[in-house]
This record gives sequence, structure tokens and C-alpha cells, in this order.
Amino acid sequence: MLKPKRILVACGTAIATSTVVAKALEEELEKRGIQVFIRQCKASEVPSLAQDFDLIVTTTPVATDHGKPVIQTLAFLTGIGKQTVVEQIVEKLKA
Amino acid sequence: MPLSTYLKEETIILGLEAETSADVITQLGKKLEEAGLVKDSFVQAALTREKTLPTGLPLGGEINAAIPHTDIEHVLKSGVAMATLVKPVTFQNMVLPTEAVEVRIAFLLALEEPHAQIEMLQEIAGVLQDPDLLETLMKSSSPSEVLEALGKTSA
Repeated sequence: MLKPKRILVACGTAIATSTVVAKALEEELEKRGIQVFIRQCKASEVPSLAQDFDLIVTTTPVATDHGKPVIQTLAFLTGIGKQTVVEQIVEKLKA
Repeated sequence: MPLSTYLKEETIILGLEAETSADVITQLGKKLEEAGLVKDSFVQAALTREKTLPTGLPLGGEINAAIPHTDIEHVLKSGVAMATLVKPVTFQNMVLPTEAVEVRIAFLLALEEPHAQIEMLQEIAGVLQDPDLLETLMKSSSPSEVLEALGKTSA
């Protein structure tokens, strides 16, 4: 068994849009048989948490100088380009 | 639970005339306050947050949305207030704050702990992804029409 990849989902308050993203991401990745551990946080917490994660997905600008891949997207809220973003996330998780 | 569990006739404003995003947030915030869902600190907190963490969402069509909200300490009970705007009001893009988004419909969210209102958040995302439903909401002339339209989708 592969160790689940760790995704940090960030938004402004850690309660609204990151909740929608985390849930949608969990479902999309489960469909593809990819196991993940997801944690939600505030954008301001990204610098201190990034090191423990493989990928950061965010709906709001976050720090990017921590060496971890960051995907900034509204696709899970608006539906626009959602499949493309899911594919990107899958690719990043494989890397 | 359908969105209509959280959105009440008293917290819907149709054809709101507003000049600024602050105006939209203030007027919707009053509705949440009158409904007993938020503390009197909520409006100011939501206004402050909107400045640094804006909530405009470009939806790729004629109707863009905004979903202002703030931290849980200003909230008494989960809920939502909705406004359709007579003319577009400028919000800034959530993911790209330097970019303006001309908004026609706003949902002001009163949020508790992350998982307390996950259905409400998912349903709002569902509404944003449904151009026909957005169109119906924009054209609604009474709060009961709004609730009826929303009820149909979650049935």
C-alpha cells in the first residue's frame, strides 16, 4: 500500500471555500482510486504547514516560497475548468 | 438539507440598489442580524475581511457572484442572505484580488464550524454552477419564488 498523499487545502477563513474544495477533491480522487489525506487551513497558515504536505490547493493567494507545488483555483466552486484542474492535481500527486 | 433550510424569505433582497461591495455586505448583514443569526460585530468583520480576502467569483457567463463571509466568532447560527443586484457591483476576484469582478448576485454567509454547514456550502456551489438557475433567481420577483426555484434543484 502506498502512503496516502497529503494535500493542504487553503482559503481565507478555513471554513467556507476550503470545505467545498476539500469535499470535492476527496470525491474526485476517490473516483480515481487515489487515497489522500486532506487538511484545511487559513491562507495565512500555509507557510507554517506546507512542509508536511505534498501539494497545496487554494482558492486565495498564498505564499509560494516553501518549495511545494501550489494550485490556485476556483474550479471547485464555479465548475469552470474543473476536470482540467483535477487532472493537474493528479499529475502533481504522481510526481 | 436543502439551501432553503438556511435561506429564509426574510434574508432575501431582490433588486438591491447598491454602489459598492461594502454597501451590499452591509445591507445583507442587517438581514442576518435581524434574523438573529449573527452578532452585531459581524458586518464590520465581513467588511474588513472582504478588503484583504475578497470573495468575487467570475462564473464565465453574464452573471457573476460574490460570497462574502467572515470568522465564526461573529456568528450565532449558520445561515445565508441573498441579494440580486439591479446593476452590477464591483467585487475583487477571490483567487486574483487585483482583478475586478462585476457581480449580479451575492450570498452573504454566516458560518459556524467547517462541517456544520457543508451541505449549505455545496448547494451554493451547485447554484453557482447552474446558469439557468442563476437566471431564474435574477428574474424572481418574490422571495418565495427564489425558495421555490432552489427547492426544486435539491429535491
